[in-house]
Amino acid sequence: MPTLNLAGAGRLLVLVAVFLAGIWSQSSGMIDDFIFYLPDVHYLVVQHLWLTLMSGGLAIVVAIPLGILLSRPSMARVAESMMQVLNVGTTIPTLAVLALSMSFLGIGTVPAVFGLFVATLLPIARNTYTGLKGVNPALKEAAAGIGMSPTQRLLRVELPNALYVIFAGIRTALAINIGTVPLAFLIGAGGLGELIFTGIDLYDPVMMLSGAIPTALLAVVVDMLIAITAFLLVPRGVNPSRA
Amino acid sequence: MIRLDNLTKVFDTPKGAVTAADHISMEVPSGEICILLGPSGCGKTTTLKMINRIVRPTSGKVFINGEDTSSLDTQDLRRNIGYVIQQIGLFPNMTIEENITVVPKLLGWDKAKYRERAREMMRMIAMEPDAFLKRYPSELSGGQQQRIGVARALAADPPVMLMDEPFGAIDPINRAVIQDEFLKMQQELNKTIMFVSHDIDEAIKMGDRIAIFREGKLVQYSEPDELLAAPKNDFVESFLGEDRALKRLNLVKIRDLASEEIGLVRPDDTLATALQRIESYGYVNSIVMVNDKRQPVGIINAAVARTTHGHCRDHYQSVPVVVTLDDDLRKVASLMFAHDMTWVPCVDDDGRIVGQITQRAITHHLGSRYRAHSKGEDNAKAAEASPSPAIKE
Repeated sequence: MPTLNLAGAGRLLVLVAVFLAGIWSQSSGMIDDFIFYLPDVHYLVVQHLWLTLMSGGLAIVVAIPLGILLSRPSMARVAESMMQVLNVGTTIPTLAVLALSMSFLGIGTVPAVFGLFVATLLPIARNTYTGLKGVNPALKEAAAGIGMSPTQRLLRVELPNALYVIFAGIRTALAINIGTVPLAFLIGAGGLGELIFTGIDLYDPVMMLSGAIPTALLAVVVDMLIAITAFLLVPRGVNPSRA
Repeated sequence: MIRLDNLTKVFDTPKGAVTAADHISMEVPSGEICILLGPSGCGKTTTLKMINRIVRPTSGKVFINGEDTSSLDTQDLRRNIGYVIQQIGLFPNMTIEENITVVPKLLGWDKAKYRERAREMMRMIAMEPDAFLKRYPSELSGGQQQRIGVARALAADPPVMLMDEPFGAIDPINRAVIQDEFLKMQQELNKTIMFVSHDIDEAIKMGDRIAIFREGKLVQYSEPDELLAAPKNDFVESFLGEDRALKRLNLVKIRDLASEEIGLVRPDDTLATALQRIESYGYVNSIVMVNDKRQPVGIINAAVARTTHGHCRDHYQSVPVVVTLDDDLRKVASLMFAHDMTWVPCVDDDGRIVGQITQRAITHHLGSRYRAHSKGEDNAKAAEASPSPAIKE
């Protein structure tokens, strides 16, 4: 019973704190300030998501086939060195990638999407590759011995069994992507970075937070959406969250 | 029927060419189980996997039911061969039903037909269709999974099956159960089966024929009893083990060695009669007493008969052991040792005494083949040519 009382007291304390924070933010005019930025936030969230969607979508479309291709037995010799190349690609900080792509592609959406695409590519390719390589060899032998063609083996056995790992890669990649999009503002592609960086420059915490809080929320929401997609798409027999 | 003709596999390794299978030629008649047996690295698995081209032969040919398989498309070939592996290899992303119906679907059966087939297979392996078809492999025990593995291999009713140590990963108790079930199924299905094993006891139990491999070569290919009675060389002999005479006990049914002649007494006989029969039949310790239906009701001890007067009905003890005609010699031998008996009465399905099996008959049976073998090559060949006659005492 003491623990229950403690938990109850804790909950009460949080409620009181939230209430006080509400009173404080209302009285200090912070709420009004946030409401002032609402149209900007709305416009920039759409722009932000659009950047994520383009770069992330492009990365998924390229990385998954790349991972599949590298996992084929005929590619075994070059696969690991290709993966190393991609690895080196990720070691370069995203800001540097953006700067590099700006120097080749100029400013605006195109270089931003390209830079984000490069940063997002590797986790997906890597997880697709390791996921497929990690499929139990006994399954592959059984699939071959039963008389499945290489394509049938890939689609009916290998991919379904690697899907959970592939989705984990997509989750990581898109979390990185959404967190990196604010940097795209620096090369003139817009997004919530506009509020964050301008807020920092002007030392305007409310402006900064109007950019930072939606960015954080977007990251959480997108992560949840992917988790739900994974939950629904990964077959039940190989889905740890549905075991 | 499976026929291998000079099947050879040479692997190129950094250390040079390694011959994993060296001109293997053998034939498995239709409806028989052939066990490929040998220590690890002897080429038995390579030979098996060349049949469905998981391993590509370097040279040589495989004929299935007389047809040269090298002209067939790999996928078509494999879809018509059941394949069971030690690691089971059920697809964890598919339900049991989907796993069983994989091959029928690949062969383009229509839905109603393959779904009915899945239910039929489940009944065949003695698993409740409604309880299991919608479940996933991870929800089943190892033994259940391998039953499904066998069902999947049999689903499209292939004439030929390849089994690579199928029961190797299952605990000994379940393994024996699955082996028995499989043998029972095979009696109805009559598939031609190649079966890799490294377990001599499994080979003797399951095999109609046993092929012993060593270092890529086929050393001896014969029926189990023949193999145990007449191993071709020292390697085969040591591989079969020092106790190979005892292993033969598994292969012989009491029916083959039982003698119809047995000394009995009735409840109304006197103990003097009993003693006389014990001596005339050469029993040392006791004699069986039967009722009007020839069912054993007890035994009369020689010591009691010697020292007491009266009728058998007043001085009998309970019958220690009886065996049926379908039991194997191993069971009898074990009972004889346990109860210190030189003979055991045999009963039919109704429990009526039909004869006896004696220790002498067993040792004579085991010994006759060895003697024939050791008399010299000519005699050994003659013994191999003619099946050993059942010895009647």
